[in-house]
Amino acid sequence: MRYKTNPIDRTYFPDEPAPDFNVIGSVVQRSDALGHVTGRSSFFEDLSPPGLLHLKAHRSTRHHARLATVDTSEALAVPGVVRVLTHADIPNNVFTPLKLIGVQPDDEPVLAEGKVRYLGEPICAVVAETEAAAQEGAARVRVGYEELPAVFDVEEALAEGAPIVNEYHGHNYFTYEGHHCRRIRFGDVEAAFAAADHVFEWRYQSAPIEHAPTETTGCVVVPQPDGRLRIHSDTQACFFTLDNTALILGTPFNRLRIVGGTVGGGFGGKVDVAVEPVACVAAMLTGQPVKYVYSRYEEMQVSSPRAAERIYIKDAVTADGRIIGRKITLYVDAGAYSRHSPYGTTKAAAHLPGPYSIPNVWADCHCVFTNRTPSSAMRGFGVTIGDFALESQMDRIARALGMDPLRLRLRNAYRDGDLKAHRKVAEGTALVEVIQKAAEMVGHELPEEYRRMSSMDGGGR
Amino acid sequence: MARLRGRGYASVNYPTGMNLGGDPSQALIHATTTGTFVVSLSSVDLGQGLKTVVAQCAAETLGLPMENILVDTADTDTGPHCMGTFASRGTHRVGNAVIMAAAEAREVMLAVAAEELEVDAGDLETDGTGYIQVKGAQERRIHITDLALAAHFTHGRTISGRGMFLKEKNDPVPETGEMDPDSCQAHACTVAVVEVDDETGVVEVLEMHNAYEIGRALNPAMVAQQVEGGAWMGMSHALFEATEPYYPARDHGPRDFTEYLMPGAADIPAYHNAILERPAGNGPFGAKGIGEMTANAPIPAIANAIFDACGVRLDTMPFTPERVLRGLDELRGYHD
Amino acid sequence: MASQVVNLRVNERSREFLAAPGTPLLSSLRDALGLMAAKRGCAQGSCGTCTVLLDGRPVMSCLVAVETVDGASVRTLEGVARGGDLDEVQSAFLEGFATQCGFCTAGMIMTAEALLDRNPDPTRAEVVEAISGNVCRCTGYGPIVDAILDAAARRRKEDAAARRKEDIAARWGTADIAATPGTADAAARRRS
Repeated sequence: MRYKTNPIDRTYFPDEPAPDFNVIGSVVQRSDALGHVTGRSSFFEDLSPPGLLHLKAHRSTRHHARLATVDTSEALAVPGVVRVLTHADIPNNVFTPLKLIGVQPDDEPVLAEGKVRYLGEPICAVVAETEAAAQEGAARVRVGYEELPAVFDVEEALAEGAPIVNEYHGHNYFTYEGHHCRRIRFGDVEAAFAAADHVFEWRYQSAPIEHAPTETTGCVVVPQPDGRLRIHSDTQACFFTLDNTALILGTPFNRLRIVGGTVGGGFGGKVDVAVEPVACVAAMLTGQPVKYVYSRYEEMQVSSPRAAERIYIKDAVTADGRIIGRKITLYVDAGAYSRHSPYGTTKAAAHLPGPYSIPNVWADCHCVFTNRTPSSAMRGFGVTIGDFALESQMDRIARALGMDPLRLRLRNAYRDGDLKAHRKVAEGTALVEVIQKAAEMVGHELPEEYRRMSSMDGGGR
Repeated sequence: MARLRGRGYASVNYPTGMNLGGDPSQALIHATTTGTFVVSLSSVDLGQGLKTVVAQCAAETLGLPMENILVDTADTDTGPHCMGTFASRGTHRVGNAVIMAAAEAREVMLAVAAEELEVDAGDLETDGTGYIQVKGAQERRIHITDLALAAHFTHGRTISGRGMFLKEKNDPVPETGEMDPDSCQAHACTVAVVEVDDETGVVEVLEMHNAYEIGRALNPAMVAQQVEGGAWMGMSHALFEATEPYYPARDHGPRDFTEYLMPGAADIPAYHNAILERPAGNGPFGAKGIGEMTANAPIPAIANAIFDACGVRLDTMPFTPERVLRGLDELRGYHD
Repeated sequence: MASQVVNLRVNERSREFLAAPGTPLLSSLRDALGLMAAKRGCAQGSCGTCTVLLDGRPVMSCLVAVETVDGASVRTLEGVARGGDLDEVQSAFLEGFATQCGFCTAGMIMTAEALLDRNPDPTRAEVVEAISGNVCRCTGYGPIVDAILDAAARRRKEDAAARRKEDIAARWGTADIAATPGTADAAARRRS
């Protein structure tokens, strides 16, 4: 056996029937692996249609500025440059990708219109016969800026008098059904603090993180004989990209076709609809195939990162290690535009207070606009950084109480039938068992009482 | 100087499916004349192995070998709608849709086989190698190749099926946050063992022990890929990654892989992983989504191990040598 | 400056094409010759997805101006499998689940080919060092290192078997090569 598998331990859920399958649960060779090891898997950039044009963006060199002048004449004079697109060429220039599930308002231009709100924001798209000419053209666009005050810190952005990042919202936070943040209100957290033996409050902070897929974001758009556009893309979501692109282009949805499905790593970074709309406009205006692919620099600094988060957690704890109240203030740094951050902030709220049964929970989860690269979806967003904070908090509480960190977790772990802070009854829980298993794996001794705990039947609390 | 060793713990849960639901995925299945079943989708495989795992779901449900399944996906002209690959939803949503489509196709397959064998469809079973046979009388059987030919050219029947999975959209109550966000929850506990060099501030992760409860390991080798690849990404997030290393300052942003640091093959710890299965009632064969969560528990486990090793509590990611050294300086009473 | 004619021996075939000065070898392989296995992950030598063998040595083909290697021999992933048979490195990656998204795979395999060509019995540390310029974002590297070590073992075993057969053939004027298809062939090919 040359591949790895991890042992499946069935002793923790002995009542589950033994699996009886033909192929489920078996190691089946990956259907894509042969193509990968022979180099025959076709990624979007492996398509090279005749007459292919290349698109490169001219990007903002300011964090926040009014666009006084945009001069494309020098760019157009570069040999090989075919066309320079501005916001005026994009039929419905202002969008937000989650409008498909009802998130509003539209708050982001495909190409900057009147002002820029982050460093690297696309202003013009230069279309040329070669990649080098497109690059040269993009470098020769001349933009006159009138600098505006910028804000980079989430709490400063929410303070009175902070510069407004995104006028479509009118303030520096996303509004949830009339509220300035997504809230969780469960029990009476202040009463818990009053009743607690200990109150612990700490702060956690992360920085933006890049998906860093080995294949950068991109697409090749090929006009078809029937007038439709075939879009070869590394999107993570074909119809999501198609629908958003059609809305931006103002074309019937069936004028577009997305072909994809072999993607050089996504991790959440390829659901932003970042390249397809402008490449489609370029293909429509020129009647030629157009490729728009991010450079590594663009992927690192311009494509959406995982949001930076700031999290304050205040816990009410009894002397015997029960957490009876947890108050959380979360700031998600959305950057200049919504993209997927309003969704991620709600997902973060649903995850609180972590996998523990805490009778009193209060959370304010703010989705905050700042003058930085818009953040968006990334593997586990809304949860990953929250888990860093929550599980660091658990460790600190255990140490403050002089308690075994696994016993503290087992004592507070949620079980089947518990009501979560968002008022859904927990089922299919297994936190107790994974902790017990991990303890067993590292020889961390647990007393009988803790070894007998279970996610089921009341859980032995 | 010393290399200080410590151990840290973290336990987490993770939701399967797009938050608050409302994220459908569809599958269509049909048999060709020779009994290959084509699964038509528009779902995207990002490298996590979706195409393979949904083919397994189809084969299992149809009772046919893997060789009889083709997956045709990610073309919006030929595949039915899928919301996309994110939120640990692919295996769960698309897997369920494929099972539903395959179950419908299986019913037609057995109905045609019943006509061919002149028995009741309820008396038939599949043997997993390509035969449909009479229960208890295995010599009365027909191979799927012959059956599909007969369906086309004798009976004029399409062996096909439709499947769709949708968790209805839920709207949170804005005042309280009451909501139904997920389909199920997977679980993990990670134990990290680290060594901190108190002179350089460099943290080395020596061991990572991961216990996962994932409902059902549909393909154990691909589960191992997710667990190990995710653990590496979690370690990378913990120790190295930031597009703005001095956040909220915007400068010093890395531009490529020589500046955006990640652990290399020399930096990987010894992994010890184990899987528990508590099947989810709504999961495909009980499976929950674990594509995303594997990066989560390693981060706090490493933070807690660093504290255990050297007494420095890092509440800011990533845990760079600079932050470790500043923490050590503070413990020693030094200030800049 | 005008484009010029460049001659390369690519995967043991002579290829002649036009290239503007400064055109990266990677672009010539992909755009002029239609060899798409080598990938463009960064275009600045920081990711290794474009690794090919240039006169037997691994290079990041995005950094090589093609006119400076006129007349050289180039090997890409397309030239590794012969007649549909995977070589040991490819088989080890396939069977070892050492691929996920697949975008780094071509570069990893070519780096491994170069390593095993010069060092048939590498230590784990030597494998790790060899792939230190190749970025993978999915696997965490472990399965890739394991696959390369596995490939080395397979190749040594195969070479030993081939040598045995050649030995027998030399002594007796015949050997039952048909019993182990491709083995002597593969070993002879690599030594050539």
